[in-house]
Amino acid sequence: MPTDILMPALSPTMEKGNLAKWLKKEGDTVKSGDIIAEIETDKATMEVEAADEGTLGKILVPEGTQDVAVNTPIAVILGDGEKAGDIKTATKVEKPAAQQKAAESAPPAAEPKAMPQPKAETAVAAPAVQAANDPAIPEGTEMVSMTMREALRDAMAEEMRADKDVFVMGEEVAEYQGAYKVTQGLLQEFGDRRVIDTPITEHGFAGLGVGAALAGLKPIVEFMTFNFAMQAIDQIINSAAKTLYMSGGQMGCQIVFRGPNGAAARVAAQHSQDYSAWYSHVPGLRVIAPSNPADAKGLLKAAIRDPNPVIFLENEILYGQSGPVPKLDDFVLPIGKARIARPGKDVTIVAWSIGMRYALEAAETLAKEGIDAEVIDLRTLKPMDTETIVESVKKTGRLVTVEEGWAQSGVGAEIAARMMEQAFDYLDAPVARVAGKEVPMPYAANLEKLALPSAAEVVEAAKSVSYK
Amino acid sequence: MPAANATASAVSDAPASATPLVEFNKDQDLSAYKTMLTIRRFEEKAGQLYGMGLIGGFCHLYIGQEAVVVGMQMALKDGDQVITGYRDHGHMIACGMEAKGVMAELTGRAHGYSKGKGGSMHMFSKEKGFFGGHGIVGAQVPLGTGLAFANRYRGNDNVALAYFGDGAANQGQVYESFNMAELWKLPVIYVIENNRYAMGTSSTRSSAETNLSRRGVSFKIPGEQVDGMDVRAVKAAGDKAVAWCRAGKGPYILEMLTYRYRGHSMSDPAKYRTREEVDKVRSTHDPIDMVRHRIIEKKFASEDDLKKIDASVRDYVNDAAEFATHDPEPDVSELYTDIYR
Repeated sequence: MPTDILMPALSPTMEKGNLAKWLKKEGDTVKSGDIIAEIETDKATMEVEAADEGTLGKILVPEGTQDVAVNTPIAVILGDGEKAGDIKTATKVEKPAAQQKAAESAPPAAEPKAMPQPKAETAVAAPAVQAANDPAIPEGTEMVSMTMREALRDAMAEEMRADKDVFVMGEEVAEYQGAYKVTQGLLQEFGDRRVIDTPITEHGFAGLGVGAALAGLKPIVEFMTFNFAMQAIDQIINSAAKTLYMSGGQMGCQIVFRGPNGAAARVAAQHSQDYSAWYSHVPGLRVIAPSNPADAKGLLKAAIRDPNPVIFLENEILYGQSGPVPKLDDFVLPIGKARIARPGKDVTIVAWSIGMRYALEAAETLAKEGIDAEVIDLRTLKPMDTETIVESVKKTGRLVTVEEGWAQSGVGAEIAARMMEQAFDYLDAPVARVAGKEVPMPYAANLEKLALPSAAEVVEAAKSVSYK
Repeated sequence: MPAANATASAVSDAPASATPLVEFNKDQDLSAYKTMLTIRRFEEKAGQLYGMGLIGGFCHLYIGQEAVVVGMQMALKDGDQVITGYRDHGHMIACGMEAKGVMAELTGRAHGYSKGKGGSMHMFSKEKGFFGGHGIVGAQVPLGTGLAFANRYRGNDNVALAYFGDGAANQGQVYESFNMAELWKLPVIYVIENNRYAMGTSSTRSSAETNLSRRGVSFKIPGEQVDGMDVRAVKAAGDKAVAWCRAGKGPYILEMLTYRYRGHSMSDPAKYRTREEVDKVRSTHDPIDMVRHRIIEKKFASEDDLKKIDASVRDYVNDAAEFATHDPEPDVSELYTDIYR
């Protein structure tokens, strides 16, 4: 059958072009790869290569023709034994409705047959996320006091004992025993095959970890701090978070990126940034930010087992904090479930990680002034347990969010938007955000203190939304 | 190691490979011919479908570079892994992925390898050991190094091939990877497909050291230049590098001197080089023509036999295009699947 050569689109946006020149004439032999014509667009002159073999039977659009619509037949190629008399333009092109636009101006002969419209172009609802509740801790379970640092280490050690595909890598995690001693003892127990000191190359070893995860291993990648992970953020987002989707579900990436996040003390702007909002913006990632040793242990174990890439935001100031951790063989907490840290009825305060310090301290102060605050520890930032916040707001009618990061496009801003969408009628006051001041973190002690949120600011915000 | 004065600036001047090539037997020549031709016909068809508006976005064709991926694939065994950048259709076909699934992904349809959600630059097949298809220049290099890490961790003797171009060779993460790969003796072959242009910038304008096989020197990684237009030379160099990696000696760099005939992507008019330059390579050093002539010369097959192969390749590609044109778009419910598992 004679084959039409169509006016090609040479860019994603091209709708028409000028047929500048024919480089072959009727009767010429054409083979794949031969340049047969030149086309001018508003951007450039491009060459048209033949994709079929045969004889150029007929030129349908003469050179010099302006504004030839994409997909218009411009010539016909004849195969062996075909004659020019066999030519009748009968192009069949089926293309999705969404791509139809480029062809609309084509003459009838080339008008593509419309693809059946997808059934429902209406918005598809995103699936609701629901997390299980915390497992009941059997009565009589011994509670052991340990630091956040120890709880994190124990979580890794337990998971490494249980699964030989789990390993930890990062700067100073092995022989130095961890820059913040979180990996203390792991090299001695698991050896240098599974506890791996890396060169100082965040971009490289984050990518290497993702590659190992694509191959089916379960890496724990420690960043000495998340400030340095900005060097690696392309691999975290473009490679780890998106590959499952881009592979149609074939290529999963079970990996944990963990390390201290946010301000430590007196280390200035480049070493004092909160990445909660950055990572919780990205579909494909889970983001966890625990505030106490028990949550740290239960959630890190869950993160290591989760088949998705998990960002596990720790906090340097909290590493040395002690707290009770249930002595159980396998204490795992659900990802995506907030915890009511302090029940109350007058105002809801939502925080996570070190923000919980300010929140709980503020609640104590507020109690003395007769305001009964409910404090929610979000624990997981993505997926966010909106339901727990909504239920609390239904009760209190007032909400304050606390975060160390900047307010603009922050997690608090997201919570406020969700409450407006889902709890508007229950709010008795606008949501108040307590956040880091919008400045690079200053070094001077007095300025640093001013830049960070404080319990006093939380108290003030809670009173303000309570009109007191 | 390559001779320090290895000159290979012009592909058409038939660069010398450091490793002597080994003649192919009949089966090898015919198989290489058929696979390379399949890639070329597939790419020509993809270019055509792009022109018809059936393929959207970016579409980077592999035409001219076929011998690289086909020769390297001949050096691999089951369980070895392949990863590359966005000029990836040839790699998928060489890995044994079905043309239908690849083409349907290009047209964004339900039965594409990524259910239509990845497109030209993002396709994968765990079954065939193909780990993508990556759209960020150079990102596949640490990822490929991680695949090799997994082989070493598991104690098997598999090898990972990480392909990247002369443009990506200037990315910092490449050198972070080189360092770790040699430090930990990871079984990875860095296959640098030097097609002489990083989009529109020739390597002489973008690289202080244009002999990219030497880029591993300060990491103690051996490297050599290979005539990437001769599939036999590629296979011979690939065999040597694979043996090096399987023996636990660490990474290896192969710089494939090759050439792309088409623009960087479909929307690149390629005005940064002359038509004569392209024609010279095409007429004197085309990877497929060279095999074809050899097959005839050595009487491995007759003109008629080859015509039959040509016809079957064309049918195979046409079937793929037909399938990719009529396969439905993904169901709207796919919007929210495969984000988490």
